[in-house]
Amino acid sequence: MIRVHIASKRFGDAEVLKDVNFTVRSGECLAVLGKSGIGKSTLLRLVAGIDADFEGAIDRPEEIAFVFQEPTLLPWRRSIDNLLIVHPDLSRAEALAMLGRVGLADKADQFPGQLSLGQQRRLALARAFAGKPRLLILDEPFVSLDEETAKQMIALTRGLMREVSPTTLFVTHEKEEARILADRTIELAGTPATVAPNVVRPDFKREDVV
Amino acid sequence: MGGKPMSSSLIRILSLTGFLLFWMVLARLYADASVLPAPMDLVSPFVAEIRSGELLYHMGITVGRVLAAFTLAMGAGALLGLVMGSQPQIDRWLDPWLVVFLNLPALVLIVLCYLWIGLTEAAAITAVTLNKIPNVATVVREGARALDPELKAMAKVYRLSALSRLRHVVLPQLAPYLAGAARSGIAVIWKIVLVVEFLGRSNGVGFQIHLYFQLFDVAMVLVYSLSFIAFMLVIEWAFLQPAERRVREWRLA
Repeated sequence: MIRVHIASKRFGDAEVLKDVNFTVRSGECLAVLGKSGIGKSTLLRLVAGIDADFEGAIDRPEEIAFVFQEPTLLPWRRSIDNLLIVHPDLSRAEALAMLGRVGLADKADQFPGQLSLGQQRRLALARAFAGKPRLLILDEPFVSLDEETAKQMIALTRGLMREVSPTTLFVTHEKEEARILADRTIELAGTPATVAPNVVRPDFKREDVV
Repeated sequence: MGGKPMSSSLIRILSLTGFLLFWMVLARLYADASVLPAPMDLVSPFVAEIRSGELLYHMGITVGRVLAAFTLAMGAGALLGLVMGSQPQIDRWLDPWLVVFLNLPALVLIVLCYLWIGLTEAAAITAVTLNKIPNVATVVREGARALDPELKAMAKVYRLSALSRLRHVVLPQLAPYLAGAARSGIAVIWKIVLVVEFLGRSNGVGFQIHLYFQLFDVAMVLVYSLSFIAFMLVIEWAFLQPAERRVREWRLA
């Protein structure tokens, strides 16, 4: 379970987030909706602990995985090493199995620069799930992919989420993505951004859609 | 010209042969072996120096000094550059120092080290090292400033160990800067080492050049300098260039 209480987050004089409070139950997937530039990525960075400069408190587990907007791989290390370096406890066989799970079994010895963007995204996804995280954070992981690839990625993500069942927080501006992946959504709006009062509770459960 | 272009090693050999021919013509025109000996005139003094063991002894001493100064300068310079590049607060304080040392002539540092520390091995190595550190630090600082903040965030979220961060995240990004600093470093360092030996050591290639300079023996000055240049070229082709290729492998794949 994660508990987020952000009284205020500023960049210099500009207040970006104000009174953002919510909790996510263990194993639940919460989608954060909102326009571009509203502060969604900032919120994720605070929750992940990348940025610790804010007023408030956040309870989070230690084992976090983050899927960034860009794949953010180590371009100078081969695909399989991108998993092994980040997760030193992972065996080579487990890493290969994980690569197979995202359809990159034959790309283990290639460098990220030799992969297409869709493949790099899947490698980033494999890296995130390989550590069996208790908290998974996804920052618009499906942007700038063509429709077909995005669909496959979403299906893959949903499958992996069911296997590992981490508490998940994910950001998107696509309501459709939120509908497929999330149990619950909240929306950021206003300046400074805060949780909009009309919290959307979709009338379905993730299990129903599967 | 038709056909396929000449290979780069063939061009290298042809170019060096051309230089040798130019030298031979010049020596023939001048026709005074005590001022400019022809390349062939250097063979027998070279062989004699090898036989007596003198050449190898002095080259060994100089190589040792180059290695010591190179290691110290690269280590200290890289550390300083990394700290200055990633901590703007420290950078503001240390930057004026760096500018002062960058503009201090090598000769001044050498003379001061000998005056203050004495005519010792430690003074010699210190002088060469201090000459090179600011340069390495400046280059590596640029690299540290260009480190990708997103990869840093990734390393933080996934809690990579400090060693793993250094090895897999930071150093690969600094590699081009380190390689550049190392190459210009080794080229500059061996020349400064010769000056240091010339001024205040009783062995090494620089000392021998000093000796034959006083004897007006141009052939021996050339034998010692050319032998060391040849050695440095071998280091460059046999170690530095292959090492660079290995580091760049991921870019070419």
